[in-house]
Amino acid sequence: MDWMAWTLPTAIFFGVIALLLLTFTVLAIRFPETPRTGILRIETTRGDRLFITLLGSAFINLAWLGLVGADQWYALILCLIYAVAVFRWV
Amino acid sequence: MTDIRTDAPGRTHDAIPGAVTASPAATTTEAARPRRAARVNGSAIVMGLYLLFLMLPIYWLLNMSLKTNSEILSTFSLWPQNLTLANYETILTDASWYMGYVNSIIYVTLNTVISITVALPAAYAFSRYSFMGDKHLFFWLLTNRMAPPAVFALPFFQLYSSVGLFDTHIAVALAHTLFNVPLAVWILEGFMRGVPREIDETAYIDGYSFPRFFVRIFMPLIASGIGVAAFFCFMFSWVELLLSRTLTSVEAKPIAATMTRTVSASGLDWGVLAAAGVLTIVPGALVIYFVRNYIAKGFALGRV
Amino acid sequence: MNKTINQKAWFLVLPVLVLVAFSAVIPLMTVVNYSVQDTFGGNQFFWAGLEWFDELLHSERMWDALGRQLAFSAIILAIEVPLGIFVALNMPKKGFWASLCLVLMSLPLLIPWNVVGTIWQIFGRVDIGLLGHTLDKLGISYNYTQDFLAAWATVIVMDVWHWTSLVALLAYAGLQSIPDAYYQAAKIDQASRWKVFRYIELPKMQGVLMIAILLRFMDSFMIYTEPFVVTGGGPGNATTFLSIDLVKMALGQFDLGPAAAFSLMYFLVILLISWVFYTVMTNLDKRDGL
Repeated sequence: MDWMAWTLPTAIFFGVIALLLLTFTVLAIRFPETPRTGILRIETTRGDRLFITLLGSAFINLAWLGLVGADQWYALILCLIYAVAVFRWV
Repeated sequence: MTDIRTDAPGRTHDAIPGAVTASPAATTTEAARPRRAARVNGSAIVMGLYLLFLMLPIYWLLNMSLKTNSEILSTFSLWPQNLTLANYETILTDASWYMGYVNSIIYVTLNTVISITVALPAAYAFSRYSFMGDKHLFFWLLTNRMAPPAVFALPFFQLYSSVGLFDTHIAVALAHTLFNVPLAVWILEGFMRGVPREIDETAYIDGYSFPRFFVRIFMPLIASGIGVAAFFCFMFSWVELLLSRTLTSVEAKPIAATMTRTVSASGLDWGVLAAAGVLTIVPGALVIYFVRNYIAKGFALGRV
Repeated sequence: MNKTINQKAWFLVLPVLVLVAFSAVIPLMTVVNYSVQDTFGGNQFFWAGLEWFDELLHSERMWDALGRQLAFSAIILAIEVPLGIFVALNMPKKGFWASLCLVLMSLPLLIPWNVVGTIWQIFGRVDIGLLGHTLDKLGISYNYTQDFLAAWATVIVMDVWHWTSLVALLAYAGLQSIPDAYYQAAKIDQASRWKVFRYIELPKMQGVLMIAILLRFMDSFMIYTEPFVVTGGGPGNATTFLSIDLVKMALGQFDLGPAAAFSLMYFLVILLISWVFYTVMTNLDKRDGL
């Protein structure tokens, strides 16, 4: 495991992702997913929207880093807004 | 274009105007005939040119492989003046060359066996059942087929070095499962969805257990699918250079790496290089006839 | 399609899951870990935060490589897709000639990628290659190791040679699925050749063409071996595409941190395109299912 060079922040990062996946699995068991068609005009389920959120967040973070540069935390706030939007309208 | 489709429809629409009225029929057929001949030739010319474009470079490689090195460098000729098999002899007698083929074949075979074995049950699951997260899993597999080997080269190098598998055949075989397992799952799923579910249900009613049903009844039904999947696993592992080169140094060095390294080292032995190239085409060329109708399906991950 | 819901199917998928987790998830996690650290050889790592991402996002090297990559993908798509369709329309439909065409056209697809490079490396050389020699005799100066345009032309022609058949074969498969009745109806309506193509053949090929375009885009987006063998990324950096640049950084210079950051951004783009691909595929399946 040494060669993988774990650090606390990356461990937390993967922990959060794992936790999200777990939460959504539990949610899917409790409240079965029903696909719906949103503004992208494709059918999405809750899991799909999670994926769109995560992928989009990655790009938002990169864009923030490239264009603004300072204070990455604001990018995370932006991601949260984006996430809400995705879950509401996509 | 429609005219050259096949002989049969050509004949039928000749017959249609003839059946309706007599006099226009004569004129249409009269007019159509020369036009059809011209069009057939048009297509033939297009295909001829295209195939010529495809074959010329391959012919040139073959041509070079049959020349001596001095002939290659001294005279420019469209075919070998002194036909020689010396280049092939060099490869087949020199261990540093032919071991490249042996190594490649070993890891490619290992990879094909592993990929197909694990992909069969998974593909069955995807084609027959819906379960939680199935679509996401299927998508995730696809991303691995699409992932650039360059991204994985470095971590693979670290991973296999740390577990002591660097420069072994199994390391390359496992590394290639990255894109071959998803490929096999997708292709097999494509074939399996074509098999009616009633067959499964009948077998279960007849008292077959799942493993017996799968091996005895189901696998023979999708035999061509398994063949195609195996062919594509074999091929994608065979043609891959980056990962196999990164994960090996001496013991398991594949032919592809032998070739590139020879170029950079001596750079001049064109005849042997060409012969080595020709020999790598042989496995694909041998089976190509049998898979000709499935090439598109295989490349399109079973979706055509 | 009516699939039964059966959570036990997970057991059938488990082997694949374990294997792919081993060969995909662990390496990707490692890449993430490396991307935020610096190393000076050995196994000593130092926290670097987002420094590498920051550096790469502002480095001309990566944007240039990305630009070249996109240009390359765009050019080969612009050539291969129309040419592939054109070839497919001219292929014989049945019998010996159809088989012969299929076999010969499949041949380039099955040649190991480094051999494809070798073939064109030899073919394009002025002293020993047919193409280079002919061009030289015609008075065209052509040297793919020195000249920017020649290098690009060689790499593009090579890719067209290698992969156009794939587009053609897929389009051909689409054409084969059109019932003869459609053509006969068109014949009765005296539809022009163009109209037959526009209103019968093209719509029927739409699905397979979508697959072909996406596949060609993905595969050209991660092209490594062929240009590497022919030009080695040169002259200068003229044909250094994303994968070539990444390998240079990762295995040539062993810059783990920047290479990992590069890999991650590369992978994110791939993930996005894969998702588009998958969405298209499932929509096609659904349409065909109806």
